[in-house]
Amino acid sequence: MASIAARARPLAISADLSVERKLAGINIFIAFAALAVGGLMGVLQILRYNGLDLYTPAKPLLPGGYYQGLTVHGVLNVLVFTTFYIIGFLTYIFAKALNRPLASSRLAWATLWVMVSGLLLAAIPLLTNNATVMFTFYPPLKADSLFYIGLTMVVAGTWLLLVNMILTRNAWLADNPGQRTPLPAFMAIVTMLMWTIATIGVASEMIFLVIPWSLGLVGGTDPVLARTLFWFTGHPIVYFWLLPAYISWYTLVPAQAGGKLFSDPMARVSFILFLILSIPIGMHHQVADPGISEMWKLVHAVFTFGVFFPSLLTFFNVVASLEYAGRRNGGEGWLAWIFNLPWGKPEISAQLVAMMLFAFGGISGLVNASYNVNLVVHNTSWISGHFHLTVGTAVALSFMGITYWLVPHLTGRALWSRSLGVAQAWLWFVGMGLFSHFMHELGLRGMPRRSDIGGAPYVQDEWRFFLFFAMIGGLIMFVSAIFYYLNMIMTLTRGKKLAEVPDITFARALSGPEDAPKILDRLLVWVTVAAVLILINYLPTIIDIISTATFDIPGRRVW
Amino acid sequence: MKDKKFISYLFEVAWILPSVAIPVSMMVAILVTAFAVGVRVPTSAGRVSVSAVVAGTDATFSQTGLREIAPGRYEAIMLAQTFMYTPNTIEIPAGSKVTFVLTSKDVIHGFKIEGVPVNVMVIPGQVSRVTATFDKPGEYLIVCHEYCGAGHHVMFGKVIVN
Repeated sequence: MASIAARARPLAISADLSVERKLAGINIFIAFAALAVGGLMGVLQILRYNGLDLYTPAKPLLPGGYYQGLTVHGVLNVLVFTTFYIIGFLTYIFAKALNRPLASSRLAWATLWVMVSGLLLAAIPLLTNNATVMFTFYPPLKADSLFYIGLTMVVAGTWLLLVNMILTRNAWLADNPGQRTPLPAFMAIVTMLMWTIATIGVASEMIFLVIPWSLGLVGGTDPVLARTLFWFTGHPIVYFWLLPAYISWYTLVPAQAGGKLFSDPMARVSFILFLILSIPIGMHHQVADPGISEMWKLVHAVFTFGVFFPSLLTFFNVVASLEYAGRRNGGEGWLAWIFNLPWGKPEISAQLVAMMLFAFGGISGLVNASYNVNLVVHNTSWISGHFHLTVGTAVALSFMGITYWLVPHLTGRALWSRSLGVAQAWLWFVGMGLFSHFMHELGLRGMPRRSDIGGAPYVQDEWRFFLFFAMIGGLIMFVSAIFYYLNMIMTLTRGKKLAEVPDITFARALSGPEDAPKILDRLLVWVTVAAVLILINYLPTIIDIISTATFDIPGRRVW
Repeated sequence: MKDKKFISYLFEVAWILPSVAIPVSMMVAILVTAFAVGVRVPTSAGRVSVSAVVAGTDATFSQTGLREIAPGRYEAIMLAQTFMYTPNTIEIPAGSKVTFVLTSKDVIHGFKIEGVPVNVMVIPGQVSRVTATFDKPGEYLIVCHEYCGAGHHVMFGKVIVN
């Protein structure tokens, strides 16, 4: 633990992390600006599903109507919001845990500028209805090439943070021989390692297939190869979103709740398992695809069940840490200790209710991964219901919860209203709970995802009842979002100047890193294991697709 | 509270064992339904030339429609394109077993039939082949469930079982 390292030298001065603080602030600001626009699109969608069409008045801003709005919703919420927030949060947490600035501040700024340039490039076709291809941009749908180039730059920017982290950790290890990498820094670098390996898929898709094709350098492409490379990244991206929330749940929430982390070694093991198992499972998103053998789909399904294990370890470790905190606060009984957690703190409330909904998201995710059971739910609104619990709640609400302490920490201004923060968290819980439940129900009754249901001729009568309640949930979420943005704007402009800015306290562990096998810190070993599993699970399929592909499928603009 | 008392191996084992047992037993259930009951997922069914399909010169897809290949056994050759299936309606007697053979003329489409385990992507250049048995009379809704452009939501079809 960082705190242990710091305590060993009680007079250690806090390192100057002004660059990292600025970068965290800028990235998180961009992230929430994107979420505001992306989230608003969601409100238009759920109203349209119930026959209230706001796309006509919005036409000057949103010429592509529902499908452009849906693309904006997906791209801004799950690609822009998540990536910028994560890069900002990990930059700062990593440096803070090592009590050391990043090795190269120039590289740190370059990370931001490459990502921002990419975002601006991609935004041009996105906002002018020239990239209405959803965040999955499956060829032969063909967007303006700036969209692909921009998104590729955002991804490439994130790689620079990994380079910086490796340089920084190596320097730290040289200065602290024999010491274990502090848990938050360990988790941050493992997350970025996993992500960088995972993005080989989408980067290859962009660089070798989609960008040359969208520029007109080649006449055709191969949609199955593109999909396979997309999902190579598209499944592990969910762990890229989740692991930063886990970092908060493991290393910050236990301390904020008044307790300790239950087990540091178990946390390290679960992150190493995520590094190894997140990637060689992407084809469970392609169960319904032709052109891929059912045996490889089955292998990926089996490995997906494997990655369920570190999720359960996380669940156990985090809940055990919370139980310890609850009991330290005077809680008793089997479950009554839950009431002794500091529910009045918005950062705690938000993350605890995020965890509760995440349990259900995990369960519906198991259904998605379950090979033939997937046929019941594939591409129905069940899937949208599922990921609104995972990325839409476990990740997004945790990220909001983190800002309830991080924004005061970074700006030196007290949160404008703590009770509004608590109310915001619970409203999100109720709104998303309703919305997501009814989206799952609709999916089981055959409602397709991504379809402009308000204009669909095949809407079944029984769907209308569920659509109404999904809308109620969506509107409650909208109120929650207004509370969040109001609180943040007031904090930034009117928040009371704090006399003393609270420092970050990382949780100490009941069972510390000294109990963890040393090999867990040897990242090269685990990267090698991950690479071997990826080659085994992907190479035969990719070779098969490339050897039979004709690369002659032309692009289409169908919107 | 004593920290040592809180950490107990029994506590950890009591969690780790179910954490292994739950996914393993679910996986076994899936394997049984797939290979003993026979609920399989789409697999490779070969490639096809998009230009030949569009030109109407492909041997299989130049003749779309339903044909009986054995008593009670049918084959439906279908094309997906923005924003329709050809043919759009399949009519069969109850108890029929139908193999759907599809491809796309343009972008990726979806093909899901409500009420039977048919759910497959229809990708240009690829053949999708799925089979289902229709026991109960009635209308089965076919929906395109992959975004295929501005008219995605009007793309649907029907299986009518008499």
